[in-house]
Amino acid sequence: MNFNKNLRNIFLILFATLALSACSTAKKSQTSGDVYTGTETVEYLASGVKDRVFFATNKSSLTSASRETLRKQATFLRKNKKLNVTVEGHADERGTREYNLALGERRANAVKDYLMTYGISGKRISVISYGKERPVNSESTPLAWSQNRRSVTVKVK
Amino acid sequence: MRQIITFLILYLSSFSYLNALIKVDITRGNLDPLPIAVSPLHVENNSEKLEKIDIKKLGINISAIIEKNFKSTGLFNPLKKEAFVQKPDIAHLKPRFEDWRLIKAQALITGKLSVKNNKLKVEFRLWDLTASKEMIALSFTTTPTNWRRVAHIISDKIYERLTGEAGYFDTRIIYVAESGPKNQRVKKLAIMDQDGAKTKYLTLGNELVLTPRFNPSNQMVTYLSYFRNLPRVYLLDIETGKQEVVGNFPGMTFAPRFSPDGKKIIMSFAKDGNSDIFTMDMETRVVERITEHSSIDTSPSYSPDGKYICFNSDRSGLQQIYVMKSDGTNVKRITFGNGIYGTPVWSPRGDLIAFTKVRKGRFYIGVMRSDGTGERLLTENFYQEAPSWSPNGRVLVFYRETKSGPQGKGFSAKLWSIDITGYNERKIKTETDASDPSWSSLLSK
Repeated sequence: MNFNKNLRNIFLILFATLALSACSTAKKSQTSGDVYTGTETVEYLASGVKDRVFFATNKSSLTSASRETLRKQATFLRKNKKLNVTVEGHADERGTREYNLALGERRANAVKDYLMTYGISGKRISVISYGKERPVNSESTPLAWSQNRRSVTVKVK
Repeated sequence: MRQIITFLILYLSSFSYLNALIKVDITRGNLDPLPIAVSPLHVENNSEKLEKIDIKKLGINISAIIEKNFKSTGLFNPLKKEAFVQKPDIAHLKPRFEDWRLIKAQALITGKLSVKNNKLKVEFRLWDLTASKEMIALSFTTTPTNWRRVAHIISDKIYERLTGEAGYFDTRIIYVAESGPKNQRVKKLAIMDQDGAKTKYLTLGNELVLTPRFNPSNQMVTYLSYFRNLPRVYLLDIETGKQEVVGNFPGMTFAPRFSPDGKKIIMSFAKDGNSDIFTMDMETRVVERITEHSSIDTSPSYSPDGKYICFNSDRSGLQQIYVMKSDGTNVKRITFGNGIYGTPVWSPRGDLIAFTKVRKGRFYIGVMRSDGTGERLLTENFYQEAPSWSPNGRVLVFYRETKSGPQGKGFSAKLWSIDITGYNERKIKTETDASDPSWSSLLSK
């Protein structure tokens, strides 16, 4: 009787642990390091051409996934020669405002530079930094912050 | 049209600083505030009536502002008026010291006012109740609409007499008024008296505006505006409302601040992913490069003598604080503690630099000596930054943001102040959410 109860408790704990770890891996799968890898907030410039790339905290270096996205953007821009774009650089809310403005500018330029190495004229790409002023996810969570550390390529109308 | 404000200040009687009178020590957190009685100012019966101001209530209203100012310092404890033992006009002539001592008051403020020929005349005295002596007596004459400023100037004079340091009540705070959802905040420049009264909005909210800062004479403001989606440093004349862009830079300019002589604006200019510090002379329009480094250099702030600049750079890999000569030479890193450091601001006294520190996901406002030694963290929270100094270098105002839930629920941004002792943390009431405060210098010097 007592033994049974204990066994049941152990099973309950085991079950809870499994459920928890399943939960945390589900969350984790959306970021690598702390770079967002999901598609929840992503929009598309054209079919299969993502409009944004994500960054690690305080960093402006491009991940291999980001470079792949940008190569697709470059191909798209080569096909649409009359199209100009603005690259918006953004930061999460966990830094001081003025530094974030500079960081957003640095991120936007990292994207611009990469597009230029794939033959897109710098004249077609303008950059603007919004720092932490325009979050795409307003929640104060690590996931939201990873979605907000981004550069978004926007068509100029 | 610039409003001309004149104050005629008369010293009614001479007094000597040599007398061993009460003195409030403000270098330590004061856990035992000085009990002070602020008697309502007596209103003379022959005062003229005014259309918009209730003269009869003016005596009470002025004393209420003085009380509120003193209470906000944490150094004084204004006593309840119900316990007062003498009529205002009689106490002003000569208090019965022993009776005031009975209610445990140590200092007493008395005064009277009158309006004649559309001029407001206010007279006040500060009494040391322990030594049974008058400490200061002054009178002011000004236009009646300035009555709030009279209350602040009286507060400053008394604070100075009791603490030995200049006050900070006759000052204003410029800030960014915020409204709307977190992902599309509407931001306007706003200005108010230090105590939260007389809020005025200086921009309409059509474009994003950030980081306003006063010039030394408090008539101009430099700030960042996203007008036409081009983030640039602007200059605004507070009285005329005239705005102009500062310099024709081919990229974002931000983090502006005036030099202590008011002649230059120092700011960051971002080009090709690299932010460096530049100055622009407001008269000659000559632009000078101050830093040249492949890292982010931003948030520059001059020492009060104009000889040095502290700034924020990530040249070591993470945000740290550096000090250099104002020509950009002799760059020295001054922060080496655990965590990252931002928003350095030099104290108007020259001795300290206030900063924001981020460590293990928590945000701190702190102060350190200008060589980086003697770091003291004053307050810790989820998010807070951007300290700005009171003109006497004793109090910091900054803004604090709350953690938000899904869709930004529960998000707020408010102004707070704290003494550099680490005591007396207070929320400053604003009509809307608020951020990026900048404290003016004393309006009447």
